[in-house]
Amino acid sequence: MTEVFIQILKTISGWAIPVLLVLIPAVGFFKKVKVYEVFVEGAKEGFEIAVRIIPFLVAILMAIAMFRASGAMDIFVSFVSPLTNFIGMPAEVLPAALMRPLSGSGSLGIITELINTHGADSFIGKLASTIYGSTETTFYVLAVYFGSVAIKKTRHAVPAGLIADAAGILAAVFICRFMFG
Amino acid sequence: MLNYVWFALVAIAFITAIFTGKMPDIGTAAVSGAETAVNISLGLIGIMALWLGIMKIAEEAGLIKLLARIIKPVTKRLFPEIPPDHPAMGAMLLNLAANWLGLSNAATPLGLKAMEELQSLNKSNDTASNSQVLFLAMNTASITIIPATIIGVRVAAGSKDPFSIIATSLFASTCATIVAVLVAKLLGRLPVFHKTDPNNPPAKQTKGKE
Repeated sequence: MTEVFIQILKTISGWAIPVLLVLIPAVGFFKKVKVYEVFVEGAKEGFEIAVRIIPFLVAILMAIAMFRASGAMDIFVSFVSPLTNFIGMPAEVLPAALMRPLSGSGSLGIITELINTHGADSFIGKLASTIYGSTETTFYVLAVYFGSVAIKKTRHAVPAGLIADAAGILAAVFICRFMFG
Repeated sequence: MLNYVWFALVAIAFITAIFTGKMPDIGTAAVSGAETAVNISLGLIGIMALWLGIMKIAEEAGLIKLLARIIKPVTKRLFPEIPPDHPAMGAMLLNLAANWLGLSNAATPLGLKAMEELQSLNKSNDTASNSQVLFLAMNTASITIIPATIIGVRVAAGSKDPFSIIATSLFASTCATIVAVLVAKLLGRLPVFHKTDPNNPPAKQTKGKE
């Protein structure tokens, strides 16, 4: 059963991109779109956008890197841990959950360590994996997406993104306790 | 809002460093954070050019509009500001679909294309529209059917059942997405944020605080 599942997933992730890369130009070709010329025209924007997001990303990643290096996260964890104990989240997972919206590579590092220490099939390992798999690096997305269109006043995007992250983490704790706990 | 969050991160780092004696570390971290940002951005050039090229073909071939028309019943309610068969809809659907499949390399360029389309409907050039905030919130909560990265880590760690977390991730990310939509919609109605809505007809102002 697992074997079949692995095979299906591997096939999907192996085929999805090549299929799109041939399917879209094929439709274009039959609709008499000048596929090569149009591709190049679109691709031109790629460089521009990548350069446009640099200042936004520098600002965000600089602040987050400083925050991480100062050790403030550990202090914050000790403040919040009574609350997370109450909802049934093991204290070991808390730093990973708090790091998730700030830094993709940072949280992946913490989670990989948790999985290696406690085992991938332990409750902690599964909960940490679920948290990683179900949320995004909010501040990275914020910087890159708004940066690409030069939006500086983000209005309610930060609270909305963070509340959604919190909801995702709570839901992960709930479902993992229900299924694995 | 980002002004406060950004300054808070830097200020908290500084104050903490006084007590933890990590002052030199935060200096180094700031510099290497900036370097990482540039590396990430420059690393995006190739993949961005590739997908934006493909997207342009899809647009010219009418595929994006076709997609937009298919999901019209849902998007009409979520994004009332956007004309139902605007290319922004198609681009957003492609981005979300790439997220569902865990194709994060493709998702970013497609998402940025969607942001660009949304920006073309935004009256302000520096303040986010309601649609942009909602799309962003949905993206940070992104539903994932195949969380490929973490499955890879689990396989590497010798898990007997690396895929057991697919169902739980799907559940948690679906909850997060529902909350994201609700919160983005509700917060948008709060006076503080409603006032700064660049597409709010009576007060057509763009000099909002946040």
